[in-house]
Amino acid sequence: MALLDILNRIFAKETVNSKDVAKERLRLVLVHDRASVSSDFINALKEDLIKVIREYLEIDEEQLSVNLENEDNSVALIANIPVRGFKKVVNE
Amino acid sequence: MESKVIVITSGKGGVGKTTTTANIGTALAMMGKKVVLLDTDIGLRNLDVVMGLENRIVFDIVDVVNNNCKLQQALTKDKRYEGLYLLPAAQTKEKTAVSPHQMKNLINELKKEFEFILVDCPAGIEQGFRNAIAGADEAVVVATPEISSVRDADRIIGLLEASGFREPKLIINRLRSKMAKRGDMMDIDDILDILSIELLGVVPEDEYIVVSTNRGEPAVTDTVSKAGAAYRRVARRITGQDVEIYTGEETSSLVNRFMKMVKLAR
Ligand SMILES: Nc1ncnc2c1ncn2[C@@H]1O[C@H](COP(=O)(O)OP(=O)(O)OP(=O)(O)O)[C@@H](O)[C@H]1O
Ligand SMILES: [Mg+2]
Repeated sequence: MALLDILNRIFAKETVNSKDVAKERLRLVLVHDRASVSSDFINALKEDLIKVIREYLEIDEEQLSVNLENEDNSVALIANIPVRGFKKVVNE
Repeated sequence: MESKVIVITSGKGGVGKTTTTANIGTALAMMGKKVVLLDTDIGLRNLDVVMGLENRIVFDIVDVVNNNCKLQQALTKDKRYEGLYLLPAAQTKEKTAVSPHQMKNLINELKKEFEFILVDCPAGIEQGFRNAIAGADEAVVVATPEISSVRDADRIIGLLEASGFREPKLIINRLRSKMAKRGDMMDIDDILDILSIELLGVVPEDEYIVVSTNRGEPAVTDTVSKAGAAYRRVARRITGQDVEIYTGEETSSLVNRFMKMVKLAR
C-alpha cells in the first residue's frame, strides 16, 4: 500500500465504506446483467419504442439500434434512431 | 406422504452448497424426518466425504438411472441418524450422464419413501444445473457476502424464476459480523436490498466447518458450532416452525460460555 493510501485511510473520515462501494458496483452491474439475461428484453423494448416513435416520426427501422451500456457510474439506454421525416401529426 | 424436494444451488462455485445440503439434511434427520441427500455434482462428488460416508458407497446415481442396480442398493445409509440417506454422484462420469428427464423419474421414486429430498447442485448454469432443478419444487440459493457471489445468485434467481420456481429462498453463508459491522462486508440488509428475495437463513463464517468436514461430521451435530446452530434453525424453518433468523450477532450468553468450557475440558 502506498504511503498516501495509508495516510488517506487514517485521516480521511469521509472515506466510503468498502461495502458501500461493493453495493453500488453490484447495483450497476446487475442492471446490465438483468437486461441482457434475455435479448428478448431489448427486443421487446425496441418494438415498443418503434411503435411509439412511429406515431411522430418516419424512422429507418432497419438501422435502428437500442442498447444498454455501462458508463463510468451509471447504466445508459443508448438508442440510435435514424429519422427520415416528420409525420403530419406534429402540425395538427 | 407429502414430500418436499429442495434444490440447493448458487451459480458460483465454492460458496457452500454441499456444506449446506449436508447440514440441513442432517438437522432434519435429527428432528426425526426421513431425508435423502442427492448429490448431482457428477464428476466432482463431495457430499459423501462431507457426510463421512465415502467408505460405504457401492453404487451411485448413474448406476441407478442406467439400471445397473436397484435404487435401494445405491441409497447409502447415514452412520448416525436413522432415516438419513445419501444417493451419491458418480465420480468418473460426465455431467451429461444423467438427463433432466431421468432425474425427474428418479425423484418421483424417492418421493414414495422420503419426506425431504435435498438436491446438491453443481456450480454453473449448464446441464448439471438443469439436472439438479429438474425434479425440484423449491429452490434455496446460497450466496456469500461478496460481489461475485451475489451477482451469480442474481443470475441463478432469474433462471430459477424463468424455470417456474415461484419463490427461491436465500441463505447467506460465511457472514463475518465484525467485518460487516465496520462496513467492510455487505450485511444481510445490503444483500436482501439487491436480490429482493426471501431470507431463509444466515450462516456465520465458522472455523468449525473445516473441523467438521475433516471429521466427516456435519456441524449441526456439534453443540457449540455457530454455523451448526444457524443450520439447525434453517432446518426448523424448512419444517414450518416459526424460528427467528440468526443475524450474526455474537451470542456470548453464560450458557454458551459454559458449553465452550465443557467442550475445552473434554
Ligand atoms: N460457514 C462457513 N464457514 C467456514 N467455511 C465454510 C463455510 N461454509 C463453507 N465453508 C468452506 O467453503 C468450502 C466450499 O464449501 P462447499 O464445498 O460446501 O461449497 P460448494 O458450493 O458445494 O462448492 P462447489 O461449487 O465446488 O460444489 C469448503 O472448504 C467449506 O469447508
Ligand atoms: Mg459442492
